[in-house]
Amino acid sequence: MAEPVLEARAVTKHYGTVLALDNADFSAYSGEIVALIGDNGAGKSTLIKILSGAIRPDRGDILVGGERVHLTSPLDARKHGIETVYQDLALAPDLDAAANLHLGREIYLVPFLRLLNRRAMRQHAVTAFAELGIHLPDMRAPIATLSGGQRQSVAVARAVAYASKVIFMDEPTAALGVVQRGRVLDTMRRVRDRGVAVVLVSHNMPEVLAVSDRVEVLRLGHRATSLLTAQTNVEELVGAMTGALEIAGNGARETP
Amino acid sequence: MTGDSKQVPSATGAPAQPDIPEPHTGAGLGKPGSRLAVGARAVGGRVITASETWTLLALVILCVFFTVRAPGKFLTLTNFSLIGQDNAWYLVMAVGQTFVILTAGIDLAVGSVLVLSGVVADLYCIHHGGANAGWATIVVGIIIGIAVGGGWGAMQGFLIAKAKVAPLIVTLAGFGAAGGVAYLITGGADLRTVPNRLVNTIGLGSVLGLPWLIVISVGVTIVFGLVLAYTRFGQYTYAIGSNAEAARRAGIAVDRHLIKVYALSGLMSGLAGILSLANFDSTTIAGHGLDNLTVITAVVLGGASLFGGRGSMLGTFIGLTIPAVLLSGLIIIGVNEYWQDVAIGAVLVGAVYLDQFRRRLQQRT
Repeated sequence: MAEPVLEARAVTKHYGTVLALDNADFSAYSGEIVALIGDNGAGKSTLIKILSGAIRPDRGDILVGGERVHLTSPLDARKHGIETVYQDLALAPDLDAAANLHLGREIYLVPFLRLLNRRAMRQHAVTAFAELGIHLPDMRAPIATLSGGQRQSVAVARAVAYASKVIFMDEPTAALGVVQRGRVLDTMRRVRDRGVAVVLVSHNMPEVLAVSDRVEVLRLGHRATSLLTAQTNVEELVGAMTGALEIAGNGARETP
Repeated sequence: MTGDSKQVPSATGAPAQPDIPEPHTGAGLGKPGSRLAVGARAVGGRVITASETWTLLALVILCVFFTVRAPGKFLTLTNFSLIGQDNAWYLVMAVGQTFVILTAGIDLAVGSVLVLSGVVADLYCIHHGGANAGWATIVVGIIIGIAVGGGWGAMQGFLIAKAKVAPLIVTLAGFGAAGGVAYLITGGADLRTVPNRLVNTIGLGSVLGLPWLIVISVGVTIVFGLVLAYTRFGQYTYAIGSNAEAARRAGIAVDRHLIKVYALSGLMSGLAGILSLANFDSTTIAGHGLDNLTVITAVVLGGASLFGGRGSMLGTFIGLTIPAVLLSGLIIIGVNEYWQDVAIGAVLVGAVYLDQFRRRLQQRT
């Protein structure tokens, strides 16, 4: 494969005496859905936070398109085209969908006065939602009045609208019903087909197998293995997560 | 890969769980509230929301009641002009308080900052001409007074945003400290030498037939109402009160914004201090101890939520007008005016209860 669009090399992170990441490696390629899995405490969240700029590693390098970068804030990561759909969605419930979509990226009528162009933002939001096949009954309704699935859609649409390289999705379907879950997975495929790298963090093995192209397994703070989804199964993934695989020997098939 | 994976979800059982509450909670409960809100929004655009229509209705009913009980006395230009002048500084402070409460904060220091600003402004004028001070002196004095308020507010904002001390504590301390400083400066006795030009214009005078106090307070309310509804500053204020963490992740400098909001509240208290100074011809250091409660009551009556993220300037204006109209009306119809305090207390609790009730309806997760 070509060069990874996003890569972590030997990233280490301590929280006090706890070693959350121990020389962890990770790579994501353009136009793939890569699942990041691992047991609780394996370091998934920490790795995602580091790669999305929320926290800084103690050691190690982060490369975007092959070049070393320093991500000091989520804003930095966004400037590199990296967006995150947080598990808690990170939406402002009292603002409407368009305002949430543009939070921190407002469109102005009179830039000098920071006067908002709500119509333009609403139109852009409608376009962004339509691209993902999302229809909201009332664009002006506060997010708090939407259903869980609709809120999820807004959060996903926001990330998709701005992600040019990588999009992180942390347990994106955890709170969703069957139909909405299917839609989110469809959305992920659609985003991938645009050439964006989609990183899926999930506990749901069947979902990981259904949607991802590749799986990276994190165990005890470092990369246990990287597997092509088409060539693996639940048993192997669980084995890699729990460490049973290492004991069993060379069950892991490394991919370049 | 699709083949064997499709059958597995049912085997794990995990996906089925969250599905059950979805249609259930989605059904009846949340809808009426949102439909109401949609209707109200269609009528008045962004400026008016459902909670304001209720408070506006309450205000209208009050006005109708007093008009009928006291024909020709209550609903007069003179009476409403008086109401406007008596409440000018409250309105100005309520403007700042609205921003603060929208961020889920509170500013208890407003009355003391008002007094401190008035004292400092007047002290400057006394040292530069006293009662006969010219406009240059008065303008500098006004600027100093407002700046003192803004500085005090910014300091409180810094402690809240950076030192992470709760707003209630910071502004309670600020309430005591600002009042203490004002007493230290004056030695506990009011400064009664106020420039005549200031008193005769801003304090008691009119421009184009409108009292300066009303022109200034309503003007400030309109300007900052527009700022709140139509600018990025307003949008970020709502966003931070709604979900500060989300705002932070969206790249908003939350701490800096909070400092600005408390500084704005301080600036407004400073301006209110000038208005009060000009109107009373005195620093009235002992007269503003309960201003904070009056102002907070107005903002909450106006539909703002103490949990942040919800409220508006129009709501605050109505919320301030209700107690004022009630007081004026009770005096005119000859009912003991202290009933106003009782009535406002009851209405306040009712308003907050309604707010919580609506919030519970909207909690759908």
